Amino acid sequence: MTSALETRGLRKSFGAMVVTSGVDFRLAPGARHALIGPNGAGKTTFINLITGRLTPSAGSIHLAGEDVTALPQSARVKRGLGRTFQINTLFSNLTVLENVTMAVSERLGRGGDKFRFAGSRRDIVEEAYELLIRLRLAEDALRPVREIAYGRQRLVEMAIALGLKPRVLLLDEPAAGVPSAETAVILEVMEALPADMAVLIIEHDMDLVLRFAKTITVLVRGAVLTEGAPAEILADPRVREIYLGEGHHG
Amino acid sequence: MFLYRAAPTLSPVEYMVRSHRLRWPELLPWLAILAAFFAFPSYLALGAQVMIMVLFALSLDLVLGYAGIVTLGHSAFFGVGAYTAGILAAHGWGEPISGLVVGGAVAGAVGLVTGLIILRTRGLTLLMLTLAVVSMLGEAANKAGWLTGGADGLQGITLDPLLGLFHFDLFGRTAYVYCALVLLAGWMFVRRLVHAPFGRSLTGMRENTARMHAIGAPVRQRLVTVYAIAAALAGVAGALQAQTTQFVGLNVLSFELSGAVLIMLIFGGVGRLYGAFVGAPIYMVAQDALSRLDPEYWFFWVGLLLVVTVMFARGGILGVVDQIRRKVMR
Repeated sequence: MTSALETRGLRKSFGAMVVTSGVDFRLAPGARHALIGPNGAGKTTFINLITGRLTPSAGSIHLAGEDVTALPQSARVKRGLGRTFQINTLFSNLTVLENVTMAVSERLGRGGDKFRFAGSRRDIVEEAYELLIRLRLAEDALRPVREIAYGRQRLVEMAIALGLKPRVLLLDEPAAGVPSAETAVILEVMEALPADMAVLIIEHDMDLVLRFAKTITVLVRGAVLTEGAPAEILADPRVREIYLGEGHHG
Repeated sequence: MFLYRAAPTLSPVEYMVRSHRLRWPELLPWLAILAAFFAFPSYLALGAQVMIMVLFALSLDLVLGYAGIVTLGHSAFFGVGAYTAGILAAHGWGEPISGLVVGGAVAGAVGLVTGLIILRTRGLTLLMLTLAVVSMLGEAANKAGWLTGGADGLQGITLDPLLGLFHFDLFGRTAYVYCALVLLAGWMFVRRLVHAPFGRSLTGMRENTARMHAIGAPVRQRLVTVYAIAAALAGVAGALQAQTTQFVGLNVLSFELSGAVLIMLIFGGVGRLYGAFVGAPIYMVAQDALSRLDPEYWFFWVGLLLVVTVMFARGGILGVVDQIRRKVMR
């Protein structure tokens, strides 16, 4: 079966410093996959290579079998790659509804329309609003993002990504900075994601990882240490020593 | 930006679907322009100049206020439009509307070409490059004296009657109405643009470029597009000035003019569509009054006003108006 996402020999170095060294990675269609590793393991760099924010020094990236290594970010998004950011990357002066409408509008290829009012596409606004209802953001729809709580802003991150209807969704620490009482909503949203959407999550919160992921890949110093089912990973003494020993925030 | 102003009697979807509808304050500038025509018949020439600057500042608002491209070279396009229309008219092509269109088109083309080159960069580098473009064009116009009149300015501009009917009279009545109609068309165009998905996405790029990339927007293509559109509009403003004053001097391609239009926009309020309508008249009238009061050092007072604006009224005059309104509403 063709992987939803695959990297072959992916490598990235900044001068003499190698941050990603020959990563072979496969994300199956509909996967619930987690990428874990201690701070500085190169997890976010890996995401940035996949999305095209960074250009790899060597190796290739494939989306549903197609080599997208040379394609710009926007072209990869058009091919079904969506992401959230570790640090909220939102339109903070726009309303929650506008934030999500922007994504839906781009997905439908209407983002560049010049001579029809944005409001004239009621279907686009309605689709965005339905997403807000699903993510329990409806009551904040007309508030500027900067005014809502950080935990709810994390949900806006998710809503924007979902507005793209991605086939592959990359979640970069979706619960980062969220009080533990509020992570439940985020997990709930993640569990309700469509079954055919392949999801890769980077997360420090091991409770969240164990509850969500069916497969775990451990990244250490830019290379894959091991990969397997959660139980295998937890039982692996190297993982216990390297990761759970020092980087456990949960 | 759709600020949450009154109690939400409408559903969020309804609110957003209606967000582009015309509100009555948006008609105020047009009432003022109409009233001024009858109230100040001896100031119509100044009025026409003010409207030209409003159009110029409006085009800058697209680039700076909406797309967030910081530029000190916007006069390049004003200047190209002015020289294009001026040279056409001085060589026998006196029909005003086609002159305007050609002026805008040539300026838009210059905007497209320079935009493709310089919008690869950002921040300070981009700022310097915008400055470089206007400096180079200014120097070129100075050198090409045979075409532009060089430092003496371009003279001999004669215009045909507007639509073959209305002569450009001594009192500036035709010029005033002409400028008002062009400004109206420009405003309708820009208003439509900023309320369209394209305009919303410009705001998105200003707010957060990384996010725009991540939702699949072709960011650089949009930046170049808006840069070229704004350049064309600035070119139309320049062409209007050449036609109505029947003179083009090297100052249209100066850094000073870029700075002046930037100050006008900051006075009025950046990224609000109507900042240009407030800032440009205040600047022009202040310049008129201050330079009579203090011919040598009037710019000092403009500077002082600018310092006060950026320190105490970041959103410009319209920003202050908004704040007051929000307080009253509460």
